[in-house]
Amino acid sequence: MSAPRRKLPLRFIGRRLLQALLTILGIAIINFFLLQLAPGDAADALAGEAGTADAEYLANLRREFGLDRPLWEQLAAFLMRLATFNLGYSFRYGEAISTLILNRLPASLLLMVASILIALMLGVLFGVTAARYFNRLPDRLISLLALLFYATPPFWIGLMMILVFSVWLGWAPTGGMRDITAQDRGIAGVLDVLRHLALPALTQAFFYLAIYTRLVRAGMLEVLSLDYIRVARAKGISERRIAYRHALRNAVLPLITVVGTNIGGFLGGAVLTETVFSWPGIGRLMFDAMMQRDLNLLLSILVLSSVFVVLANLLVDLLYPVINPTVELR
Amino acid sequence: MSDEANSAIPMDRRQLLLFGSAALLSGTMLSKTASAATGTLVMTINPEPNAMVSAFNTASPVAVISGKMTEGLVHYDFELNPQPELATSWEIAPDGLSMTFKLRDGVKWHDGKPFSSADVAYSIMEILKQHHPRGRGVFAKVTAVETPDPLTAIIKLSEPTPAMIYALAGWESPMLPKHVYEGSELLKNPANNAPIGTGPFKFVEWQRGSHIILEKNSDYWDKGKPLLDKLIVRIYPEPSARVAAFEAGELNLGGDGPIPLNEVKKFQDNPAFKVETRGTEMNNSLDVLETNLRNEHLAKSEVRKALMHAINRDLMVKTVWYGLAQPLTGPIPQTLPHFYSADVPSYPFDVAKAEALLDAAGYKKDGKGTRFKLRLIYPTTGDTYDRAGQYLRQQFRKVGIDLDLQAADVPTFIRRVYGEYDFDLSMVPASVTADPSIGLQRFYHSTAAKQGTPFVNASGYKNAEMDNVLSKAAVEPNPGKRAELFKRFQQIAMEDLPILPLVRPIYVTVASAKVQHFVTGPEGVRSHYSTLSLG
Repeated sequence: MSAPRRKLPLRFIGRRLLQALLTILGIAIINFFLLQLAPGDAADALAGEAGTADAEYLANLRREFGLDRPLWEQLAAFLMRLATFNLGYSFRYGEAISTLILNRLPASLLLMVASILIALMLGVLFGVTAARYFNRLPDRLISLLALLFYATPPFWIGLMMILVFSVWLGWAPTGGMRDITAQDRGIAGVLDVLRHLALPALTQAFFYLAIYTRLVRAGMLEVLSLDYIRVARAKGISERRIAYRHALRNAVLPLITVVGTNIGGFLGGAVLTETVFSWPGIGRLMFDAMMQRDLNLLLSILVLSSVFVVLANLLVDLLYPVINPTVELR
Repeated sequence: MSDEANSAIPMDRRQLLLFGSAALLSGTMLSKTASAATGTLVMTINPEPNAMVSAFNTASPVAVISGKMTEGLVHYDFELNPQPELATSWEIAPDGLSMTFKLRDGVKWHDGKPFSSADVAYSIMEILKQHHPRGRGVFAKVTAVETPDPLTAIIKLSEPTPAMIYALAGWESPMLPKHVYEGSELLKNPANNAPIGTGPFKFVEWQRGSHIILEKNSDYWDKGKPLLDKLIVRIYPEPSARVAAFEAGELNLGGDGPIPLNEVKKFQDNPAFKVETRGTEMNNSLDVLETNLRNEHLAKSEVRKALMHAINRDLMVKTVWYGLAQPLTGPIPQTLPHFYSADVPSYPFDVAKAEALLDAAGYKKDGKGTRFKLRLIYPTTGDTYDRAGQYLRQQFRKVGIDLDLQAADVPTFIRRVYGEYDFDLSMVPASVTADPSIGLQRFYHSTAAKQGTPFVNASGYKNAEMDNVLSKAAVEPNPGKRAELFKRFQQIAMEDLPILPLVRPIYVTVASAKVQHFVTGPEGVRSHYSTLSLG
C-alpha cells in the first residue's frame, strides 16, 4: 500500500496562501467595523472598573488609546501595524500586545493538542466500535454517551470533574497550569504540568469527542457496506483488521475536515474550559479583551485566529490526497 | 505511512490508559497543598488586576495587590481614625488650608534608596493629582507640597479639603519613588507592572492570567515584619473554581466576596474556614437604584416614594443577598459613624401606601392591572443583580408597574446610563468611600452631572439647597459642623429620592482556619498584610 512519493503541490499552496492573505485582510476589516458596533469603548470600560472618572481624564485616555481619531485612520493604523508585524501596545494591560499573546499561546496550544489527541483516539475507537456493532448494545451505549456528552455544557462537565477528582479524591489540582508554590523544573515540572493538564484536556476533549464519534460511526457504516469490504471479508480477514486497516482510512475524511476547523477555532473555542480550570490561555485573554473593549488586542487575537483557521484548512486539503490518493488538489 | 499508522490505534489505547493513570497517580503522590511550604500563603484576587500599582488605576483588584507593595502616609482603624504609616504624626491647620506630615525615618524603597519628603511631594503633585481617577478630585485643591526638610511634607490647599485625610491609605494614594518616575512616560513606566514601593512585600513576578508572586521585604521599616516569606496570588476567573480551590486546600485566602453568595453559609458552618464580614468599611460599595428624572413617571416624587414603599427590603436581603447585606436607611451607610444619621424620612414596606401614592400621581391601573412600564438597566457583574432585578420586577408588579430588565456589560451600561441617559432606573454599585464628599457628592450635586462621565449624577437631579449643603460640607474644616451638614444632606436625599438606596452588600473575606490577621481593619484585604500569617 505504499503510495508513490509526491512532490509538494507548490502552485496550489502559493495560490491558496494568496487567497488566505486576502481572506485575513477581509476578516480584519469586517471585525474592525463589527467591534465598533459594541456600545462603549476602552475608556468607558476602564472608568467603569475604576468606579470613577472625570471628563478630562476620559479625554486623556481616549487620546492615549487613539480613540479620538477618525475611524478610517484607526483602521489604517491597525492594518499598518498588522503589515509590519508590530501589534502595538495595550494600555489596558500596560504591555506589548505581542508579549501578551505569546505568553498565553503555549498554554492554549498545549490544551488544544492534548484535548484533540484524546478526542481523536477515543472518537475513532468509539466510532469504529459503534459501527461494527451496529444497532447492538455497544452501539446503543456509545451513541447514548455521545449524545449525553454533546448535550452537556463543557462548563458543567468541568465543574463536576473538579468536584470529583480534585475536591473529593484529591487526585488532581483544581486549576492553573502548574504548582506555583513549588519551583519544579525538569521531570517533576513536566509531571506537574501534566497533572494540571489532565482535567481540562479531558473536559475539552469530551466537547469534541461526541462529534468525532458520530462522524467516524457514520463514515464507517457507509464504507463497511461497500464491495471491497465484502471482498476482504470473503478473503477471511478478521473483522477488526478490516475495520481499522481497510475501512477507516476512507471513513475518516470528514473527520479530518472537522478536526481542521477545531484546530482553527481553538483560540476562542476553549474559553469555557479555560475559565473553569483557571487555565491561562488565549481564550480568557480574548474574552477579557472583549469585555474591556481593548480593540487592538481583540483584533490582533481575531486575526491570529483567522490565520490559524486558514492554515489548518490548507493543511487538511494537503492531507486529503495523502490519506486517499484518489482525491485531487484543485 | 501504513503499517505503523494502522497498528497504532490499539497500542495508543493502552498508552492512553497508562498516561492517564500515570498523570493521576503522580497527582496523588506529589499532591501538595498550599500549606506545605511554610510561610507561603496563597490568596486570590478577582478579577485579575490589570496593573500592580493603584496610582493610575483605582480598580479594586489593583488596590488589593498594590496595597502590599506600596504604602501611604497613614492607614486606618475600624473607627476610620488615621493611624501612622509612612507619616508618624500629622497636624491640620485650624483654617484647613495646610496639613503637615512628619515622616518616618529610615524607610527605604525596595531598590534600597531612602524615602523622603521629595517622594511625597512628587507622588501627590505629579502622579495622584494628575493621573489618579479619584485623586484628581481629592487633591484638586492642593496647590503645592512644601518640603522644608527630608522628613517633613506640608500639603498646601487653596480650599479646605477635610475628605483628604480619608484618602491617604497605601492602596488608595500610594507613595511612589520620585527617582523611578521622574522624567519618564508615567503611564508606560515599567514600574507600574513591577512596583518599587516601601511596603512589606516586594514584587517578584506576574504571569498574566495565572499568578502573581510577592516576597518578603527583609529591609522593611517595621522590624521583624512581614511574617510571611512569600505571598502568592492566584487568578481563578470562575467563582465555583474558587470554592473548589478553597475546599481542596490550594487556596488560603480571598476577599471581596470570592465565593458565590449561596456558598457562604456552608463556609461559615465549616470549622476549616473563617469568614469575616468586616473589612470593606473604607469602600462602602452600596447597591442603589438611580432614577432618571427625565422620565415622565419618575419625575413625580410620589412615584419615587411609591417605589420605595413597594420594595420589601428585609425580604430582599434574605432572598437576593442570602442575608449578606444591610438595608440602608439613607444614602450614608451605618459603617460611617462620623457621618451617619438615622433622623431621615423613612419608607417602610407598605403596598397599600405605594398604591395610594401612585393613584394620587394620576396613574390608574388599566384592565390588566398595569399603571405604566419602566426599564431597569444593570451591569452584568455576577448574578446578584439578575436576582435583584427579578425580585424588584415581582415587587413592582404588585403595585401595577411593569419592569423590563436589561442586563448590559459594563461598557454598554456606562454608555447607556451616563453617556446617553437612555434608562429609566439603573441599578449601580456606588462606592461611598470613607467620605461622602468624595463618594456621594458626585451623585447628588447638580454640577457633578457631566454627560459621558461615569458614576456621577445621571438622574438629572438639581436642588439648590442640596447643592449648597454639599458644597459647604466639602470645605468645612470643623468635624462637628460638617456632620450637621451631612445630616441635612441625608434628610434632603431621602425626601427627594433621586436615588433609591437599597442595601449595603457585605463582601466577605474567606480564609482557611489557620490564617491569622487577614482582616485587621476597615481596609480588609487591601491592607499591607505585614502581620498576616499561617497559624
